[in-house]
Amino acid sequence: MTSTAVPAAPAPAQKTSGRNTESDRLKAENRLGQKLVAPAIILMLIVTAFPMIRAIWLSIYDYSLTAPDEREIVGASNYITALSDPLFWKATGITVLYMVVTVAIELVIGFAFALVMHRVIFGRGIVRTSILIPYGIITVVSGFTWQFAFSYQNGFVNGWLPFIGDDFNWFGETTPAVIAICISEIWKTTPFMSLLLLAGLAQVSEDMIEAAKVDGATWWQRMWKVVIPNMRAAIMVAILFRALDAYRIFDNIFVMTNGAEDTQSISFLTYRQTIEQFQLGMGSALSVLLFLSVLLIAFLIIKLFRVDLAQARQEG
Amino acid sequence: MKQKIGIIVGVVLILIWCLLPVAWIISMSFKDEASITVGNPGFLPSDGTFAGWENYRAVLDNDQFLKAIRNSIGISLIATVLSVIVATLAAYAIARLEFRGKRLVLSMALAIAMFPVVSLIGPLFDMWRAFGIYDTWPGLIIPYMSFTLPLAIWTLSAFFREIPWEMEQAAQVDGATSWQAFRKVIVPLAAPGVFTAAILTFFFAWNDFVFGISLTSTEAARPIPASLAFFVGADPFNRPASLLAAAAVIATIPIIVVVLIFQRKIVAGLTSGAVKG
Repeated sequence: MTSTAVPAAPAPAQKTSGRNTESDRLKAENRLGQKLVAPAIILMLIVTAFPMIRAIWLSIYDYSLTAPDEREIVGASNYITALSDPLFWKATGITVLYMVVTVAIELVIGFAFALVMHRVIFGRGIVRTSILIPYGIITVVSGFTWQFAFSYQNGFVNGWLPFIGDDFNWFGETTPAVIAICISEIWKTTPFMSLLLLAGLAQVSEDMIEAAKVDGATWWQRMWKVVIPNMRAAIMVAILFRALDAYRIFDNIFVMTNGAEDTQSISFLTYRQTIEQFQLGMGSALSVLLFLSVLLIAFLIIKLFRVDLAQARQEG
Repeated sequence: MKQKIGIIVGVVLILIWCLLPVAWIISMSFKDEASITVGNPGFLPSDGTFAGWENYRAVLDNDQFLKAIRNSIGISLIATVLSVIVATLAAYAIARLEFRGKRLVLSMALAIAMFPVVSLIGPLFDMWRAFGIYDTWPGLIIPYMSFTLPLAIWTLSAFFREIPWEMEQAAQVDGATSWQAFRKVIVPLAAPGVFTAAILTFFFAWNDFVFGISLTSTEAARPIPASLAFFVGADPFNRPASLLAAAAVIATIPIIVVVLIFQRKIVAGLTSGAVKG
């Protein structure tokens, strides 16, 4: 993120540096730098850039792995089929819903957790260790855990919630199934959000908060007028990371509903077309669309981020 | 006083949030199969439904789980070591050297971190079969390496930028050879960062699901998350919940151990790459 703006390492001064040796030295440094990053670049290209180009190429074919000899170029037909299919829009809609709901709730809970972690003195280690447990647990395991918790056969949620019947099937309808999936997702990723926010909180100067306190600002005023504006960058980074991550939601859906009851996300639809139904052409078209929508979301959030920064500057 | 109570309440809530589901899966792993399929809305195993270590014994006798755990440990460790080596070279160059294409590396890493993994599985599935590495360890190690590189490069370059590199020269002035200066001064300072990057990389590899289910087809390379999701047991219509719970607990133990030991480093690593920079 901000790490793109790397300050240049000052070149150590050399006693006998004439113009020539200086530029030779710079050239050598340039070559060494490029050599050192080459393995990383090559690896990233093999696994992302090359397959992505291949996906664009495959997406213009009608290509099924069950009948590889019958593959033929069909142009934009896969895209037209996908974009005119209600299934595609349903999956996109539900994915946006997952993203907005989980990130919004995580932001609130994560901020509250960060505030507590920032102030806690006694038991700091225990809190920080515990908060890493959901972060570290395999998403599939957390999906199972919550699925069993919500299950009417062997779960405890129905028994604990007074306004819900003991035999209520959470996975029988779209809305409760989506709620259950969101809870699993929120449980797992809130810690990440709160740790990023905690780091942002640590950068807000205590003096300013004290000064606002002396001036008689209430707790809410201090939060809204001092703390939050000063950690805007951290908040935006956290939102960007989490939103892009949430848009790829897959594991929880796979485990909890396997896409039943209209809970399938766009990632899930793509996986199904490609791996389960062997429709490589159609799957590739969906891959490209998925990639483009992630780019669009990144663009929108970064755009929003800039606007906010400008506002912050005007206020200051 | 009021604030103190608020913080105590907050701490308790955080602990409940983090640990309740973990307590639940552990409790399930000790229930017997019958009580789970018949319907038992209780949280803890009640009278007569406590199965002791039965489920754990069954998991450790199950060939499919054992192979999956072995695959996960092997693949994750190899991917972690290789990824950290490659990332260390790159991060060193980014933090210390001026060269053309530096921005390109960083923006590429950023783009990959945002990449929707699923959009790569189709072409990778096809490519890996052509190369003959579909359903093998390298078939998973390569994607894991490349997807953990961005986080590792960020974390490491953030660490490296804070190392006082002048100390290396100072040691040389004091008569150390450049190798001695590097090994005695820089390596001890860089080691914690490298270690943090390794832990985060291991987390990613251990947690991966999409590659695990798409790029494997047999027990030859299938990692534990994929194996858990595909496990059906004797009756395909009734997933053996308590057995799965026991397997899930076993798969989680390595992560918990890592978290308990390296809590401080993980927090530093997670936040330095993203927020400082």
